[in-house]
Amino acid sequence: MLDKEMVKMLFEGVRDTCYMTLVSTFFGYLIGLPLGIFLTLTDKDGLTPNKAIYSLLDVIINITRSVPFLILLIVVMPLTKAIVGKSYGSTATIVPLTIAAAPLIGRMVESSLKDVGKGVIEAAVSMGAKTGTIVRKVLIGEARTSLLTGVAIVLGTVLGYSAMAGVVGGGGLGDIAIRYGYYRYETGIMLITLVFIIAVVQVMQGIGSFVAKKFDHRSK
Amino acid sequence: MNTSYIEIRNLSKKYTVKDNSVEALKGVSLTIPKNEIFGVIGLSGAGKSTLVRCINLLEKPDDGEVIIDGQNLLELSKQELRLKRQKIGMIFQHFNLLEQQTVLENVCFPLEIRRVPKAERKKKALEFLEKVGLADKANAYPSQLSGGQKQRVAIARVLTNEPEVLLCDEATSALDPETTKNILNLLKHIHDTMGITIVIITHEMRVIKEICTQVAVLDNGVVQECGSVKDVFENPQSKSAKRLLLIGETEEANYVG
Ligand SMILES: Nc1ncnc2c1ncn2[C@@H]1O[C@H](COP(=O)(O)OP(=O)(O)OP(=O)(O)O)[C@@H](O)[C@H]1O
Ligand SMILES: [Mg+2]
Repeated sequence: MLDKEMVKMLFEGVRDTCYMTLVSTFFGYLIGLPLGIFLTLTDKDGLTPNKAIYSLLDVIINITRSVPFLILLIVVMPLTKAIVGKSYGSTATIVPLTIAAAPLIGRMVESSLKDVGKGVIEAAVSMGAKTGTIVRKVLIGEARTSLLTGVAIVLGTVLGYSAMAGVVGGGGLGDIAIRYGYYRYETGIMLITLVFIIAVVQVMQGIGSFVAKKFDHRSK
Repeated sequence: MNTSYIEIRNLSKKYTVKDNSVEALKGVSLTIPKNEIFGVIGLSGAGKSTLVRCINLLEKPDDGEVIIDGQNLLELSKQELRLKRQKIGMIFQHFNLLEQQTVLENVCFPLEIRRVPKAERKKKALEFLEKVGLADKANAYPSQLSGGQKQRVAIARVLTNEPEVLLCDEATSALDPETTKNILNLLKHIHDTMGITIVIITHEMRVIKEICTQVAVLDNGVVQECGSVKDVFENPQSKSAKRLLLIGETEEANYVG
C-alpha cells in the first residue's frame, strides 16, 4: 500500500501541516503577544491598571476560547473566503487557526509575564524606565524561558487543530488521515499518518524545550 | 551648614485589603540633610518600607509631600518623575537583578534606559563594576553569585546613573554579619567619594551604628524619635528607641557568645 504516490502524499502532508502550524502560530503571536502584554499591564496589580480594558480583553478571550475549533472553522468561513479567496486547503485553514491560536497565546503570554517577580519590575520603575522598556527588557526578557515553553505548547495545540480541519478538506496530515482512515477504511494509512503527526509534534516540542533551556540562566 | 535635601512632610498612607485597613504611615515628617547617611529603624511592620517607597513614589502616599532638592515629587508629570527617579537610586533586600542577563548587562540597564550609546554604556558599567570589586564577574549570571556579590552588582547598577540620593530598603538583611559589614563599608566609601545622600532602612541596630550619622525611630507609622545616632543611642527618649536598643544589645551578645 506504500507506493511512491503514497509516500509523496505523506511528505506533502507533513509539509502542509508544518506550513499551517508554523504560519498560524506566527500570526497568532502577532495578535496574542500584544494581547498578553496588555492583559498583564492592565490587570489590577499591573503597571497601568485599567479595569475596563482588562475586562473587555478578558471577555473576548473567554468567548473565543470557548468556541470549539470545528465550529469556529465553519463560522469564519466567509471571512476566510474574503481573505484567501477559497475556504478549503491549507492556506485557507490558516485563518481559523490563527483566530483560534491568538486568544490561547494571549492567555499563555499573560501567565508567563505575570510570573516575573514584582521586585525586578519595581527596580526598573525605580530607575525611571518607560513602560515599553520594562515590557521588553524585564517582562519579556525575564519570562523568555516560560514564553518559549509556551511556544512549544501552542505549536502542539495548533497542529492538533490543523488536523481537525481535515474534516472540511483543510489539507495536511489530518486531511489524509480522515480521507483514508475515515472515508476509505484504510486503517494502515491512517495509522502511518498518525505516526507522522506524532513525530512532527515531538520534533516541535523537542526543539521548543531545547531552546527554552538553552536560554535559561536562572539558578536550576 | 547642611541644608535640608529631602523633606518629607506629613506623609500618610493607608492600605485597605477587603474590610481591613492598616495605617502604615500616620503623618510622618522628616528632614534629611544633604550628604547625610540617614537611618530609619523600626521593628517589622513599623512602616519603614512604606516610607522609603514613598520617597521615590513607588508607593503613592494618601497625603503629604515629598520634596527632594526643592522639587515636590507629587507635582511632577509622569515624564518628569521618570527623569527624577533616574537621580534617586534604590537598592533592595532581595537585590532584584535581571536573572536572565549577565552582570554586565544588568549594570548597563540604567544606561540603556537613559539611551546612553552602547560602547559608552559598557565602558561605564565596567568602571563601576571595578569600583565594587566585581570586574571579573562581568560575564557571569546572577545565579552564579553569592548574596553579597549580588548586592554589589545592584550597587554598581544604581551608581551608573550617578544618583544624588540612594535609598536602601533592608539592603543587608539577607546577608550574614560579615558580608553586611563589607556592603556597609562599600556604601560608606561611595558616600565619601561620590557625595551621595543615603537613606538606610533597617531593623538592625548595628547597621545604624556602623554607618549612619542621623537616625529616625519609626514605630507604628509614627516617627518616635529623631536625631544624631549618638544622642539617640546614648540617651533614648522614646519607649520604641529603648526597646530597639535592648533588642540590639541582645543580638550583639548573641554574635559574640
Ligand atoms: N501592599 C500592602 N497591602 C496591604 N498592607 C500593606 C502593604 N504593604 C504594607 N502593608 C502594611 O503596612 C504596614 C507597614 O508595612 P511595611 O512593609 O512598611 O513595614 P516594615 O517596617 O517595612 O516591615 P518589615 O521590617 O517587616 O519589612 C504593615 O502592617 C503591613 O502589613
Ligand atoms: Mg520592609
